[in-house]
This record gives sequence, structure tokens and C-alpha cells, in this order.
Amino acid sequence: MLTLKQRRSLTTALMGILAWGVALAIFFPIFWMLLTSFKTEIDAFATPPQLFFTPTLENYTLVNERSDYFHFAWNSVVVSFGSTIIGMLLAVPAAYSMAFFETKRTKATLLWMLSTKMLPPVGVLVPIYLLFKDLQMLDTRLGLTIIFTLINLPIMIWMAYTYFKEIPKEVLEAARMDGSTLFQEIWRVLLPMSKGGLASTVLLSLILSWNEAFWSLNLTASQAAPLTALIASYSSPEGLFWAKLSAVSTLACAPILIFGWISQKQLVRGLSFGAVK
Amino acid sequence: MADLTIKNLKKSFGDLEILKGINLNIKDHEFVVFVGPSGCGKSTLLRSIAGLEEVTSGHIYLDDREITELAPAKRDLAMVFQSYALYPHMSVRKNMSFALELAKESKETINSKVAEAARILELEPLLDRKPKELSGGQRQRVAIGRSIVRQPKVFLFDEPLSNLDAALRVQMRLELARLHHDLKATMIYVTHDQVEAMTLANKVVVLNQGQIEQVGSPMELYHSPANRFVAGFLGMPKMSFLPATVVSSDHQGTRIQLADGATLALPVNGATLHKNSQVTLGVRPENIHVSDPSESDFTGRLDIAENLGSDTYCYVKTSSNETLTVRTPGNFTCNFGQQIGLSLELDQCHLFDDQDQALPRLERIAA
Repeated sequence: MLTLKQRRSLTTALMGILAWGVALAIFFPIFWMLLTSFKTEIDAFATPPQLFFTPTLENYTLVNERSDYFHFAWNSVVVSFGSTIIGMLLAVPAAYSMAFFETKRTKATLLWMLSTKMLPPVGVLVPIYLLFKDLQMLDTRLGLTIIFTLINLPIMIWMAYTYFKEIPKEVLEAARMDGSTLFQEIWRVLLPMSKGGLASTVLLSLILSWNEAFWSLNLTASQAAPLTALIASYSSPEGLFWAKLSAVSTLACAPILIFGWISQKQLVRGLSFGAVK
Repeated sequence: MADLTIKNLKKSFGDLEILKGINLNIKDHEFVVFVGPSGCGKSTLLRSIAGLEEVTSGHIYLDDREITELAPAKRDLAMVFQSYALYPHMSVRKNMSFALELAKESKETINSKVAEAARILELEPLLDRKPKELSGGQRQRVAIGRSIVRQPKVFLFDEPLSNLDAALRVQMRLELARLHHDLKATMIYVTHDQVEAMTLANKVVVLNQGQIEQVGSPMELYHSPANRFVAGFLGMPKMSFLPATVVSSDHQGTRIQLADGATLALPVNGATLHKNSQVTLGVRPENIHVSDPSESDFTGRLDIAENLGSDTYCYVKTSSNETLTVRTPGNFTCNFGQQIGLSLELDQCHLFDDQDQALPRLERIAA
């Protein structure tokens, strides 16, 4: 029989192993992508897969020669940040009214908004494509920004709503008694009190926008194409270029990965949706 | 001047009527306490005065100005919340100066007003701390400070002490009484704690189910409750009630018979009563005395005794199975189940008619 103490440390050890296992499983594809990007096309194909090889930078050089990385990266930055800023400008007031002036239909409205996320995007591809065509927004950064704002808005409102719900109503009432206008109440009391949660909302929106591929591929061609479209252009039917594909993927992931690493604290809090107080 | 007048105020949430027509006048410098059981509408009434709830109908006037539809900040009122509601991201100083900054007061004015409030509330050493670095009592003082700096016409308090522990509550209660005296301000205070109501108020407003049951000084309410609800709500332990029937009554007095057969003659104007009509006798624990069974008004069996040191509260079952609370001296000893005699101070008893309204007591004739 194990003592209580031994049992506890055994549990801790097992949980640790499990956590590391999951983390490694999640990290492995990224690790392999990074590794492959430094292989020659022949090494990338080798069976069995090689862990040790002579690294080369030729893929990066070739990618740089073939396509204008910074053009695509700039599109990604503009569209991600643009849609996040517009999204927050809409999400904060929406979440404020739902969190602090709840009506009979608030819960239903929230669920309805979220339900739009359950629709397969391809279901609305044709109407949106036609709309974009008529409005001449195909292959424009504005068009992509609007679409990203719309697809991320339900999640942003939900997250902001959850954070606002944690804030005692009385503090806002106190601000109102103290003479705040609606704007002052939000700007000087509500936002500073929920800045952690809102930061994670911003971060999540950036990441989702950065990684979005479906609409990027279908609504852009070259002018407004972001990095996800660049990656896709390397998986061509003419042949497989695993090493180059990995190189371009690494280049596409790097900025958001670094950004996420720096702000991981907010991200963890964001993904747990306020469950951790 | 700060005269607050409320006329026929009603408030409903959907189909639920919370306030059913409140009429009230609060005079300058008064300390008014709204008291009542939970759900009686006392907090809603306070929040309606503050402007945090829209009223369904009725009017609120501050002096001669109607404030019913005004925004909270324009009403010249300040509120202290139960949860303190301090701004957690601001220092104590900022918490107190926030309203003044919004009102665009000059820096010197802000500094002097904050310093004055900090001096009154002994918050000077804490001015640069954040609320989370303060104890419950200190937070409460900051919340009060935040309302003082605005120099409002009326202070509103929504159960401000209920989050504090018992010892601190007593201390803050005394501080509030001192503050009311020092600031000479009009204060409206909501509580469900009748001790706070009795000790702080010049005027107590007893609310029940969205209506005012009685308004008066604490002693008026204690000694001459208008109805059975007020009588039962104020006083700790509660007043005991015994059902009785009228034997005879006129404007000189009333003779009643209790369920166990004992008859009592009460100095109560019973002109409105009829023979055999149902009434309720109300008697406070301090107006019942244990006496020798042979000389007593009636007898009962001791159920439980709670010894508090200074007093012992005895819960006595009458032969008709009613429970009476009796206050006896701290050294009173008695065995459970023992039969004891009880005598009432008849001129201190209350009699309620079948509508639970108190019957007027006869003026005592001076000896």
C-alpha cells in the first residue's frame, strides 16, 4: 500500500507525463515542419524520415526569389489588425449592453450569434462571393477585413461578455453616481477593469484572422492575398515541394508564433474563458 | 437644505410590482433608515431615489426640484454600496477624486477636498494604496470618503455594513452616527438589521411587500407599533403573539380571554371591537415576568432557556401550545419542562384586531 503522500506524488508524476505527452504531440508537427524546411527536397522525401541531415537554407532562398513574402505578410498584418480593431469597436459595446442590461432575450441572442459559427462556411460561399463581386471587393484587403470581422465577432462578443459578467455591476453604478457619461463609464472604469480579458480577446482574434484560410483562398487572388494563400500556392498539382512548403509555412507561422509566445499569459486566460478567476 | 419628498412612487419589473405607491417626506439633517425583510422593496426604493432604477410612476422631489427623470449624477446624491464598489484599478486617492475630476474641479479644490475627507475618515496613510490592499473596514471608509468629497445633499447607504464582521460592524455603526452628526447631512440608509435601524435612525421607515407599514422614531415604533407586522419586526427577541377572544370591550378598556382560559383586562380602547371577535395579544419578552404560579396571570411549561450572561431568554409553551419569549435575569435557573407562572405588564401589552391593526392604548392616568 502506498501512503497518501506517495500516492499524491505518483499522481503528480503521471499527470506530468500525460501533460508532456500531449504537449509533444501538439508541438511535433510544428517541429517537423521546421526541420523539413531546412532539408533538400530529396531529404524531405526520404523513407524512413531523417532526423539527422545536412541543413540547407536553399528553400528559404528559393521561396524569397519566387514570391514576395513581405507583400503577403503585410496583407496578413493589415487584415488581422484591421478586423481585430473593427471587431473590438463593435464587440465591447455589444457585450457591455448584454452583460449589464440583460433582457429576456439576451441569452438567446448570444446563442444565436454563436450558432452562426456552426454553419459550414462553404454554405454561404456562393452568395458572399457574388456579393463581393458586385461590390467589387474581391481581392481587396477591405473585403477580407470585413469578412474576418464578421466571422470572429460572435466569439469576440462572447469572450468580452464573459469578462464583463465578472465585473460587479455596482462599480459601474458607482461611476454613474459619480457623474460619468456612458463613454467615461466604459473607457475609465470598465475597460481598465477588464483589460486582461480584453487583451486575450484581441489576441485570439488576431490569431484566428492570421490563420484563416478558407475565405482568404476564395476571395483573394494576388492583390490582397495573405500568408495563408501564399502557403497554399506551394502545394501545387504540378509536383510536391515538401521542403519549400515547409519553409513558407514556417515563415507564415513565425510572426504570430512569436507574438503568441510573448503574450501567452493572456492567451491561456483567454482560452479558459474566464473560468479561472 | 435637503428635503426629499416622494409622491406615490411605483415600480414594477414586468408584472411584478415591487413598490406599490410610496409616499414619504424626509427632512433636512434627518437620518432615515429603511428597514424590512428581504424582498420588501427597500433597496429598490433607495435605487429609485438614486436614479439607478427607472420608476414606473410617481414623483421624487429634492427641495423644490423634481429629480424623478434626472440622470443619477445630476441629482446631488451620493451612494455607498453594500459591496463598496470601489474602482479596483485606482488608488484610494483616485477613487475619492474621480467624481471631482469628472466634474472638472480645479486641482487645488480636488486636493483639499480629498485631504479633508481623508482626515475625517482617518484614511491619510492609505491614500496611495489600491483597494485590494485594504481591509473590509478600510474599503468601507473609502466608499464613504468617495461620497463625502462630492458634498451631496443626501447620502444614500445600501446595507453598507452587511459585509463586515460583527465587531467591525459595531465600530462602523458608531462612526456613521458620528459622521452624521459632524457632517450635519441628510442620510438615507437601507438595512435589514433592526439594531442598525434602532441605533442610527431619527426616523425609521418599515417596509413590507412594497408598502410603507409605519414611519416614526425608533422608540415610537418600538412602543407603539401601528400593526402586527411592525410589532413583530422590531425587537430582539421578537414580540410574542397569543390569539385571544374579546370578552367585553368599550373605550375604557378591553377584557380578553386567552386560548388556555385565562382572562386579562387590558388598558386598550376597544370601542371598535365586538364581543367574541378574534384579537391577538402582543407582548415583548421584557414585559413578562416569572412569578409564583398561584399569583400569576397564567402558567406555562419551560421549553428552552438561552443564557446570554446578562439575561436569560426563556421560551415557554402555554397550555394551548403557544410559545412565549420571556426575559429573565442572567442568574435565572429553571429546569426544562418545569411549570412556571407568568405575569404580564398589562399596560405594556399590545392588542391587534382581526385585521392585525393595533388598537389605541389608553392614556395612563397620572397618579
